Amino acid sequence: MSETTDLIHDMAEKLFGDMCDKNLLDEAEKGVWPKALWSAMEEAGLTRALTDENAGGSGLSIGDAMVATRVAARHAAPAPIAETMLAEWLAASAGLSCPAGPLTVAPVLRTDKLSMAREGNGWRLKGVAHRTPYAANAAAIFVLVEAEGKNFVARVGTSMTRIAPGHNVAREPRETVSFDCALASDDVAPTEIDAARLRAFGAAMRTVQIAGALSRALDLSLQYVQERVQFGKPISKFQAIQHNMAMLAAHSAAANAAADIASEAAETDLDPIKIGVAKTRAGEAASVGAALAHAAHGAIGFTHDHTLHFSTKRLWSWRDEFGKESEWSALVGRAGLNAGGAGVWRKIIAQ
Amino acid sequence: MAHLNFAPPPPFNETTEKLRADVRAFLDRELVGMTPAERARSWSGRDVAFSRKMADRGWIGMTWPKKYGGHERSALERYVVLEEMLAAGAPVGAHWIADRQSGPSILKFGTEEQRQTIVPRIAKGECFFCIGMSEPNSGSDLAATRTRAKKVDGGFLVNGQKIWTSGAHVSHYMILFCRTDTTGEDRHAGVSQFIVDMKTPGIVIRPIVDLSGEHHFNEVFFEDVFIPEGALLGQLGDGWKQVTNELSFERSGPDRFLSTFTLLVETLNALGPDANERAAIALGRVTSHLMVLRRMSRSVAGMLQRGEDPAVQASVVKELGTTLEQEIPEIVRMLVDAEPDYGADNPLVAVLAHNMMHAPSFSLRGGTREILRGIIARGLGLR
Repeated sequence: MSETTDLIHDMAEKLFGDMCDKNLLDEAEKGVWPKALWSAMEEAGLTRALTDENAGGSGLSIGDAMVATRVAARHAAPAPIAETMLAEWLAASAGLSCPAGPLTVAPVLRTDKLSMAREGNGWRLKGVAHRTPYAANAAAIFVLVEAEGKNFVARVGTSMTRIAPGHNVAREPRETVSFDCALASDDVAPTEIDAARLRAFGAAMRTVQIAGALSRALDLSLQYVQERVQFGKPISKFQAIQHNMAMLAAHSAAANAAADIASEAAETDLDPIKIGVAKTRAGEAASVGAALAHAAHGAIGFTHDHTLHFSTKRLWSWRDEFGKESEWSALVGRAGLNAGGAGVWRKIIAQ
Repeated sequence: MAHLNFAPPPPFNETTEKLRADVRAFLDRELVGMTPAERARSWSGRDVAFSRKMADRGWIGMTWPKKYGGHERSALERYVVLEEMLAAGAPVGAHWIADRQSGPSILKFGTEEQRQTIVPRIAKGECFFCIGMSEPNSGSDLAATRTRAKKVDGGFLVNGQKIWTSGAHVSHYMILFCRTDTTGEDRHAGVSQFIVDMKTPGIVIRPIVDLSGEHHFNEVFFEDVFIPEGALLGQLGDGWKQVTNELSFERSGPDRFLSTFTLLVETLNALGPDANERAAIALGRVTSHLMVLRRMSRSVAGMLQRGEDPAVQASVVKELGTTLEQEIPEIVRMLVDAEPDYGADNPLVAVLAHNMMHAPSFSLRGGTREILRGIIARGLGLR
């Protein structure tokens, strides 16, 4: 890790560690926007992480931005840090500027296809994007849309859309956004990014977030098993518990290695195979890890009063978002089948 | 909070990729005609002539000092050779243990004479090792070792028995782990390691046939076996510490997740690009696990290179890696409508039979799953 990376990690750890307490997370689940948290993130430069310094951003590398994202996820930060980065990346690819405030992208489902056609001097964008993260909180939604056989990015002010509420199981906003809006020509620009690449970048983000949330679930579990006394001793003294904790730690380590793979891919070639590998492995770690963390905590971890669920509900959400394991492993597996027995090692695993 | 840090692995570079190309060209030439069933033996497959050819190219003892016959290449270059060999199913078994752990142990703990007389022969592919650790009443509980080396004039007299000793019948030396002091309370003290010439009078080797009918491991009996003072490896009484160090090398390499790689290869060949979605999902999952394990394993290699102690991380790699190796035959049998058959002409079912029958050993050899989980738990501060 470079010195900058260490600085960003420590700064994010302090910021999110200090601010994302139980009260903030409870309020966010009720739909309260964490205004103070967002202001603190703005001040720290994390809300324009990927925007050039001369355009008022922090100009971080994608790798360093991913480090901040992992830490934010570790503390279950209830704000669209990953989505804002995705939007910045998408906007930059089309040379569009970003308005102040939180940002998001659409569509995030493979089944949602929006349409755009020229109208007057500008464009008309139509369609429905389901499960859009933090749409109602966003200042703008950056939409990736195909028109005239090319990919475009459209910058859409949230006030121009109709938004129906919705959430993932972690109570993070995932809203249904209906578009039927006229856009000025300045708000639309062509991009080299296509739907598959946007999905890959999103999956890389969620992989990194899973690694963060799982490391928190591990911490909470390790702490709990050493405090909880049954049969006259801390339950951490029982071999069955020790072995479960070993497996939780192993899967957490694998998720973090997967996050490193995803992060490096996002920073370089956005290779869908590498990102597929990472999302597949992290998704599985999320499932196994969340189950082990809950097993360790017993009934108390099943209560809303305990904080474990802030991490495990995010794991259960993020493993599905931007493609669950079956989607990405099918892509990796198909590549292996196409490469054949002779090619799978040389062309894919150790290419 | 205790976390298992896997630092980013040292990146491959021009040198490693040039080497990789050389190794691939070598394998394409040398392994022509080797059947999938033979490749499926992975690092249990043994071919002395092949080991010599590897030695001729400088691919044994790669990281060792030149003055002991090594080649002073990086751990990363060695890693490239190992993984390419295993992925191709090359018969590397003859020299595997000597190259992986015996040579490095002798270089680290041995006397100058031991280094000069033995290590160059390992690097030439002329000298093979076995590991004398397990005993009938000392398996996972290594400290319960009872084989004893008693100090006598000019050396030691060894009595006792080792078991599950892979390749004892085809090895030149054993690194013997045994008790040298029976007085202390501390079970981890009073144990030592010796480099024992397998031709020493008094050593009797009896084969143990495994469930597949193959002979890999053995019982080794020691009856008043005299070994000279110069055979002591490291310090008297330091055996426990030395063995622990050796195990990080033993537990983290690509041999801990590629043992059934040939079965993946044959499955991809058999199913082809038109395989159904279910197969693509299952095989993609396996590939994903392999690629993440490869990164974790390379990370441990980096830690070993820097002189850090990755005992816990190595245990994680072995535990996750052997779990995957064992899962692969189970996954494949659900994807193909065929029964495992050791002697079949169909390469897939022959490889499936071989891997399925050997899979139970993967989480036993080199430390059982339960022992590894205990080591990880200790690393987490729970024990």
